[in-house]
Amino acid sequence: MRLILRESPWETTGCVGLARGVCAGPLRPRLLQSATPGRARPSGRTLASAATPAVREPEGSIDLNDRILNEPLKHSDFFNVKELFSVRSLFDARVHLGHKAGCRHRFMEPYIFGSRLDQDIIDLEQTAAHLRLALNFTAHVAYRKGIILFVGRNRQFSHLIETTARDCGEYAHTRYFKGGLLTNAPLLLGPKVRLPDLIIFLHTLNNVFEPHVAVRDAAKMQIPTVGVVDTNCNPCLITYPVPGNDDSPPSVHLFCRLFQTIINRAKQKRRHMEALYRLQGQEGPGARGGGPAHPPSLGAYPGDRSSPLPEESGSHACP
Amino acid sequence: MAAPCVFWGAAVSYRLFLGGRVSLALRQGVWKAAAAELQILRLRHTTGVTAKKNVAALRRETYTVDFIKKQIEEFNIGKRHLANMMGEDPETFTQEDIDRAIAYLFPSGLFEKQARPIMKHPEQIFPKQRAIQWGEDGRPFHFLFYTGKQSYYSLMHEAYGKLLDVEKRQNQLQAKGLFSEKTKTKDLIGSRWLIKEELEEMLVEKLSDQDYAQFIRLLERLLTVECSAEEEEFVQRFRRSVTVQSRKQLIEPLQYDGQGMAFSTSEGKRKSAKAEAIVYEHGSGRIKVNGIDYLLYFPVTQDREQLMFPFHFLDRLGKHDVTCTVSGGGRSSQAGAIRLAMAKALCSFVTEEEVEWMRQAGLLTADPRVRERKKPGQEGARRKFTWKKR
Repeated sequence: MRLILRESPWETTGCVGLARGVCAGPLRPRLLQSATPGRARPSGRTLASAATPAVREPEGSIDLNDRILNEPLKHSDFFNVKELFSVRSLFDARVHLGHKAGCRHRFMEPYIFGSRLDQDIIDLEQTAAHLRLALNFTAHVAYRKGIILFVGRNRQFSHLIETTARDCGEYAHTRYFKGGLLTNAPLLLGPKVRLPDLIIFLHTLNNVFEPHVAVRDAAKMQIPTVGVVDTNCNPCLITYPVPGNDDSPPSVHLFCRLFQTIINRAKQKRRHMEALYRLQGQEGPGARGGGPAHPPSLGAYPGDRSSPLPEESGSHACP
Repeated sequence: MAAPCVFWGAAVSYRLFLGGRVSLALRQGVWKAAAAELQILRLRHTTGVTAKKNVAALRRETYTVDFIKKQIEEFNIGKRHLANMMGEDPETFTQEDIDRAIAYLFPSGLFEKQARPIMKHPEQIFPKQRAIQWGEDGRPFHFLFYTGKQSYYSLMHEAYGKLLDVEKRQNQLQAKGLFSEKTKTKDLIGSRWLIKEELEEMLVEKLSDQDYAQFIRLLERLLTVECSAEEEEFVQRFRRSVTVQSRKQLIEPLQYDGQGMAFSTSEGKRKSAKAEAIVYEHGSGRIKVNGIDYLLYFPVTQDREQLMFPFHFLDRLGKHDVTCTVSGGGRSSQAGAIRLAMAKALCSFVTEEEVEWMRQAGLLTADPRVRERKKPGQEGARRKFTWKKR
């Protein structure tokens, strides 16, 4: 990976072209700066000292890199997140089931559709919208070769989450979270460690039903977070909350599958774009850039292990 | 510490490590392994010297990969020089040869074996360390890097994965109706679980007691369910064999002399006296000590009673003949040594139950008491000088 020293952190792409419904409030202004890739940044993300050497590169390849990175930002749904799930599939996976009304968190009330027999039901329309935003953001992070950390503290799904992370080439932490892991990382993990660029919470609470420490620490270290929030969770500090059930096996399996699919898809897309631009760079400058991802056909992403659900294939309009 | 030395004007100096640079934890670990085998509970022993904390020295020294590589090269060159010096073939110079050569060239009278000069491969001297955990782009290699204890948690992940596989297989078999409740006879005897220090050394990571206990619990759970060969192999990686001490009394085999008379020989010790006794199966109760009749050799009744005790205990007073030789010690210790030798020899003629009775009576146990040394500032071993008030 080439070293490119840039001044500003990179952009959250969740706000590109989509409904500005629910993005995280306090973190937005900081993140809305111009795009940039690269590993060494003087912002708080990596706690490396600023002594990284600036490697000067040929101007052509910087331009190429810029184009690779800017291409997804020109399209609203570059990674075709819409076709991965539907409200019906969320319902079948029991994502709408919340806890009892007594466990309800005050800040989750906007996301709750109602309650039946004292059990809260989550509004799946809102969930679908939030999930699209979250998956799109995850895909953009994976496209830019960011480090994604899966966090969850439910022992029932610990093995599943770790397997998911390993299968998409990212990282997981489903064990006891040591206090200064993010805030005191140079001491705990090594002097020049690179912190995660995105943290995905499959469970926002820890084993004693308190908010996971990583939520607060990620906010402190300015790491964006995506989190599945149940009706007893606090969605405040999470950048992209996804209201949904985090206790049933089908629900957690669905979320893991979705994240794994989208990350693999994004990485594959990145490889394609790099190959494409490298070829065009060899052919000559001024060549046309690559097109967006074609909307859905089932064979479009052969690397996807989980294909879109069977009942959806009929309703797709292939261009 | 490593002391560089130039040997016989050779251009290349190789290092001899005076004092094994074995970490304290490893030494304690080896000792603890021995204690675990003996199954004796002992207090944890730490070095008792209380000095001011040297903070710089407490932090573990990190050796770079290049440094270790250089040490290995120097070791190999030095090994060849040593072989030439000893007049042996450098190609087939093993570690035992090196040890012998060093012991010959640097004879040391030091009692502490680990203080003597040694020359070993740097892998055994420098403690194993972690290489850098991430690549050029900063992405860590291991998927559990951000937990802090990646090796331990990946081991737990693997073990739990195997458990899930086994349970899934069992469920499938049960669904088909082919499930059989086979109780496994495990070959667990003669092996023990890895102790915490050994596991830490294997993973090159610090563990807490709870982590270790959790891991052992998981492995035991894996053992309780019926598992296939590869899971067995996985579990056996964490077991070490232990020599089982036999509790049974070693019974001497019977021998037959020229006349066809059965006899049995045995040895006994007491203080500094050593005795060897030959007990014949049929006789009239005669005992010969060093060729002399026991009545003349042991004029004191107490000693003769000691000799009689094993036979009296088994009600075989006039039934065996004994010939014994004894040396060292005084009269009482010689009597005790002969008694032990005779009792051990008698085991061959007697039932197992009676052997157990003899053991419980203390006839088959060597008396471990020896003379305690006199200490300075005291008159004897325990007696202090007369205390004067003024």
